[in-house]
Amino acid sequence: MTDAQTLEIRDLSVGIGPHDVVDGVDLSIGRGEIVALVGESGSGKSLTALALMGLLGGAVRQTGGRATLDGTALDLGDDAAMRRLRGTALAMIFQEPVASLNPLLSVGAQVAESLVVHGRATRREAWDRAVEMLREVGIPAPERRARQLPSELSGGMCQRVMIASALISEPRLLIADEPTTALDVTIQAQILHLMRRLRDETGTSVLIITHDMGVVASVADRVCVMYGGRIVEQAEVHRLFADPRHPYTKLLLATIPRMTGGHKSELFSIEGRVPDLADWPEGCRFRTRCPLADGKCAERPPLAPPGSDPGHLAACWHSDRVEDLT
Amino acid sequence: MSAVGNVMRRSFVPRRGGGVPVGLFVAIFAAMILIAIFAPLIAPYDPDRQNLLGRLKAPGTEARDVFYLLGSDELGRDLLSRVIYGARISLSVAILSVLLSGCVGTALGMLAGYLRGWVGIVVMRLVDIFLSIPAILLAIIMVAVLGPGFVNVVFVLALTRWPRYARVAYGQTLSVAEQPYVRLARAMGAGPGRVLFRHILPNIIAPLSVVATLEFGLMVLFEAGLSFLGLGVQPPMASWGAMLSVGRNYVSNAWWIATFPGICLFLLVLSVNLIGDRLSDYLNPKSR
Repeated sequence: MTDAQTLEIRDLSVGIGPHDVVDGVDLSIGRGEIVALVGESGSGKSLTALALMGLLGGAVRQTGGRATLDGTALDLGDDAAMRRLRGTALAMIFQEPVASLNPLLSVGAQVAESLVVHGRATRREAWDRAVEMLREVGIPAPERRARQLPSELSGGMCQRVMIASALISEPRLLIADEPTTALDVTIQAQILHLMRRLRDETGTSVLIITHDMGVVASVADRVCVMYGGRIVEQAEVHRLFADPRHPYTKLLLATIPRMTGGHKSELFSIEGRVPDLADWPEGCRFRTRCPLADGKCAERPPLAPPGSDPGHLAACWHSDRVEDLT
Repeated sequence: MSAVGNVMRRSFVPRRGGGVPVGLFVAIFAAMILIAIFAPLIAPYDPDRQNLLGRLKAPGTEARDVFYLLGSDELGRDLLSRVIYGARISLSVAILSVLLSGCVGTALGMLAGYLRGWVGIVVMRLVDIFLSIPAILLAIIMVAVLGPGFVNVVFVLALTRWPRYARVAYGQTLSVAEQPYVRLARAMGAGPGRVLFRHILPNIIAPLSVVATLEFGLMVLFEAGLSFLGLGVQPPMASWGAMLSVGRNYVSNAWWIATFPGICLFLLVLSVNLIGDRLSDYLNPKSR
């Protein structure tokens, strides 16, 4: 962990109606660190990110928790205050790069958008910066491309455009919600490489949200695994892959298809399915699907270091027995 | 050259299954706009100059140095000049009321669709109420209260017709507001005003413009209807509807007074509606 924390979240909760879909999430991201938030659909990882941006809406509400950005408290519920931060200190990119760009505006204008919105540059300066930014993210002939519409660009290019539009404001924290999910594998690798390079150059902290362990392994410094709206394990990336201490993480890693098992070996899957919002069990939320579950799991396990490494946390009563799982 | 030729042929020559060639109607509509703009240059006589010795002259007759190409009306005014000047009234009432109702309706519909909540409920129930009252009846009641006249007619038409735009704008805004690019714009710090005008409005303008063309034809007819009932623009200004109304009294001995403005109305509304139809076909990806 880095000493200077860009973002600290304590006890963040998000509810839909009476149900907690994000339940007491603690998260910190150091300066220039890439943290991956991993989980299945419905684990609350995207809502955690939207809550951080102050972009929850409709029936989804933040029900608790606080956050600080570079030591300054964020009022996530105050839309006007958050709007000043969005596009300046905070930036976010999404999956579906093509649909995320306005079909009727030139990509240059969309990259320049956040500078114009916040009045940080004149239209002409913003345009020049946008062209420069497009070059930065590896778009060839940026002067020409900037004048084109998103429909004239490929999906990978659109994702580069979106990254450019997020980074032009030099944010302190970039949140990337499944940035590579809609892209094919070679483009994925390029985009991930780009994100690492830009992190190295600008020192921006990155929170990357994904369900793809391959993405995690290739880009993240640290990983938080979410299940049922809670963080169940958190560790430095190599540590997590080498020595998972939560049964869910262990099983999740086991589901990654391997080239070694021979072509007849069946793909591994975790028993059961993610329960509905209303059916989450008391105590540990994974216990209905966990092979190690016993009576003690009816009590909620704390997120605590299972071993000597203070940076490796797991929320399991039986973290010492996880190794034996296959 | 051949490309231009192809476009011309496609626009004007009927094809099997191709529907009515729309170019013809675009031409009629454009001609009427030009006639309205340049009325003083085109009209042979002052439309208000009376000539009591040349009353109710048949088309193509001459009386006291005035040649009545389309005949004269009950006060001996040249019908051709009056029809030409009448285009100004009919078209400007329609254009202004479409603009006014379009802006008001679109703004309210977008607001309702973007904010939803109680704003959405209030606006959309108001729309339902307005749409449940027969529009022409509503217009007659309001003119009766406000009094007739050019400005009031425009105002009343806008007031009765804005719900059409509001309903379309509401539905479109609801769906566009959920688009990822709107979410991205908000994530970059765009406020509600910027989201609405820069990101939502340009993406919903196409269906609204179809509504506007169809409404345009209706506005021409509404104005004609109000003028026919004596509730529209007041003499000596004359729209085509007002001329129809007068001509009705003389239809047995001077058929031309009602006929020529009637033909103009018919052609204008027909061409605007067909243009609107074609526009909606063109903008609807399913039927392209």
